Amino acid sequence: MAQTVVEKKNEKKKGVDAKAILSKFGALFGLLLLIIILSLLTDRFLTINNFMNIANQASINALLALGVLLPILTAGIDLSIGAILGFSVMMMGLVVVNMGANPIIGILVCLAVGAGFGLINGLLLTKLRLPHPFISTLGTMNVARALALIITGAAPIAGFPFLIQYFGSGKVANVIPFSFVLVIIVAVGLHMFLNHTMTGRYIYAIGGNKEAARLSGINVDRILIIVYSISGLMAGLAGLVLVGRVNSAFPLAGLGYELDAIAAVIIGGASLFGGVGTVWGTLIGALIIAVLRNGLNLLGVAADLQLAFIGVVIIAAVYVDVLRQRPRKN
Amino acid sequence: MTELLRLENVCKGFSGIPVLKNIDLDVKAGEVHVLLGENGAGKSTMIKIMTGSYSKDEGDMYWEGQKVNIQGPSDAMNLGIATIYQELNLIPELPVYENIFLGREIKKNGKFSLLNKREMIERAATYLKRLGQDFSPEVLVSSLGVGQQQLVEIAKAFTVDTKLIIMDEPTSSLSASESEQLLKTIMELRSQGIAIVYISHRLEELKRIGDRITILRDGNTIDTLNVKETSTDKMVELMVGRKLEDKFPKGEFKLGEEGLRIENLRLKGSEEELNFTAYQGQILGISGLVGAGRTELARSIFGVDPIETGKIHVFGKETLIKSPKDAIRAGLAFITENRKTEGLILDDSIKNNMSIASLKKYKRGPFIHWEKIKQSTEDYTRELQIRPGNIEKHARKLSGGNQQKVVIAKWLATKARVFIFDEPTRGIDVGAKVEVYRLINSLVSDGAVVIIISSELPEILGICDRVLVMSEGKITADLLREEASQELIMKAATGGM
Repeated sequence: MAQTVVEKKNEKKKGVDAKAILSKFGALFGLLLLIIILSLLTDRFLTINNFMNIANQASINALLALGVLLPILTAGIDLSIGAILGFSVMMMGLVVVNMGANPIIGILVCLAVGAGFGLINGLLLTKLRLPHPFISTLGTMNVARALALIITGAAPIAGFPFLIQYFGSGKVANVIPFSFVLVIIVAVGLHMFLNHTMTGRYIYAIGGNKEAARLSGINVDRILIIVYSISGLMAGLAGLVLVGRVNSAFPLAGLGYELDAIAAVIIGGASLFGGVGTVWGTLIGALIIAVLRNGLNLLGVAADLQLAFIGVVIIAAVYVDVLRQRPRKN
Repeated sequence: MTELLRLENVCKGFSGIPVLKNIDLDVKAGEVHVLLGENGAGKSTMIKIMTGSYSKDEGDMYWEGQKVNIQGPSDAMNLGIATIYQELNLIPELPVYENIFLGREIKKNGKFSLLNKREMIERAATYLKRLGQDFSPEVLVSSLGVGQQQLVEIAKAFTVDTKLIIMDEPTSSLSASESEQLLKTIMELRSQGIAIVYISHRLEELKRIGDRITILRDGNTIDTLNVKETSTDKMVELMVGRKLEDKFPKGEFKLGEEGLRIENLRLKGSEEELNFTAYQGQILGISGLVGAGRTELARSIFGVDPIETGKIHVFGKETLIKSPKDAIRAGLAFITENRKTEGLILDDSIKNNMSIASLKKYKRGPFIHWEKIKQSTEDYTRELQIRPGNIEKHARKLSGGNQQKVVIAKWLATKARVFIFDEPTRGIDVGAKVEVYRLINSLVSDGAVVIIISSELPEILGICDRVLVMSEGKITADLLREEASQELIMKAATGGM
């Protein structure tokens, strides 16, 4: 379950049973199945153009999901990412549009505000010893959203320079959305971080057994602070992409996005109890949500009803996981 | 007095390992019947069979002369058997009377009617009065002291027609005055005709309140005696009296340097200053009863719990240890008593479990050198004969003995020089125990300093070169192997020197 790619390689060699394969690639199978079904239902689905469209649409949620994967791996949660996104982009708008700063400085401000708010989340959790990050991040969610609204008196900020717009609308080789390239780069980096650095392994260890981790010499507080800072940083990055796409920063940006991000992580096979989950699973989870939305749009299903579909997928994905684990725990 | 409960030839095993081999017990109405035995002698299993938590494999049980088959806790309750465990089963946020009637609430009329609170409060008050208490049943349980909470637990027994109350080390978490109150309550219950099966390690207590005593050893009932006619020495002798077989391979070592020296160490919330030194080539055992403060001592040395004052010297060098991380850096290893909750990440691989405390040693630039970890993990797996040898296997799927070896390997990988083992063989079978002892011996031969905390006397006497005995937070004896005996240790451990 909490398998690294290294482990996957090892087990593949040994010729594992169908159940193990399903458990590892369950989300991927789900995605493929979805693609096949949608291809059969509408001929507008299986085109390069549409796939690039999906990749672009998935990217904001994917970045948020990759960020929130970390708290979830430690058996925590981060509810504040949507609001942090909103505050980060408003700060960027303030600096770049209202104050006329260099766009690079604006980008750095956006990321720094995100990471800074994440740092506060981590400090609240570890230094105040709040019982669960649900509480600390629920609090900062409200604070961040309020700040986003206060900055400009709830007015949106429009007219961003090209560099920032490129994050949301730029295309590499005129085809591939830059935002999706960004997602892939981040995913590879995060995968390396989680599986090939000490801090990454400690994140899994804390989620697997916090007490054992502490007794193994891991500075649990330090790791948790890093985890929430990264989660916030990723919210800032997702905000950058959102502003780039709509060429506007608005105070309600990212409202409710945290739930889609958490859904992607869970669909991707992570456990809310910690210690289990992968970067690739999360990415596939985000793609499943995007493909579903896109397909339902093409089929002319109303947006309200789409919500219900996504709800069903979340429940089904977790239920498959429950079924898979049942015989193990007797 | 009439016979209330009788067990005949009761046997019970877990996955092929017999825990109870031949248990005979008869409890008479209105007596205090004491069960005495070492940790692991089978007392807890026996109680769980009497209360229906476990089912017996063989043997018969009789209640008031009738053969009965207790299949679950509700069967036991219906017969009139109540149990008070070491850990209280109360809901602190609810008032006393609601706790007393939990699951047996009194309603105004009929199944779906409202609760009759007044009736419950009044009855709860009479139950508390029977126990000599006059606090209001409407106060929250959380506002009571542990002693009073225990009485609330006993009061629960009155909601049904209870004839037998089993108490498993009820005084272990009580202060002296609370214990006194409880003992008085027990005498009061006895005078009301209720039988008590009482388990405690405190011998003086047993002498005071016990009518008869049944001694358990190795899953057998050895004898049942009248407490008044039996000396404390005799009880201890019967309880531990067994020749040590070669279940304990003892290594021969040469005394080496000072390894770990503890100077005036005061644990959090304790007044006692502790001093001792552990050497290379001398396995230091720490004996004592559960709750004597041994685990707390180990946790404090390892930086898990903070200390009040005191110094720790590792190989002659004063070392400040404020966290497990500091302890590991100083070369300490701590194999805890709860390998599942504190030692292992159960749903992770052998490989990841073994390497988690020593990742720093397997780095290549900023990244982990997985090939090296794999190599080293496979070496340890082979060396320690961990089965199955597949290092990708999750720790949860291993047997207790193999899990323990994974934990030991985790610490070997940190290249620690001082090993503190807390109950190193708890819950593992005899064969694996011997393997663990051999491993400990080879550690000592390689120059490591080893401290073993154990509640099993044969283990302490079998493999240690020197024994410290702790009782109520104090070190009450420091014995060399030659002078140590089960009787001496038991006396020091029960404070009966």
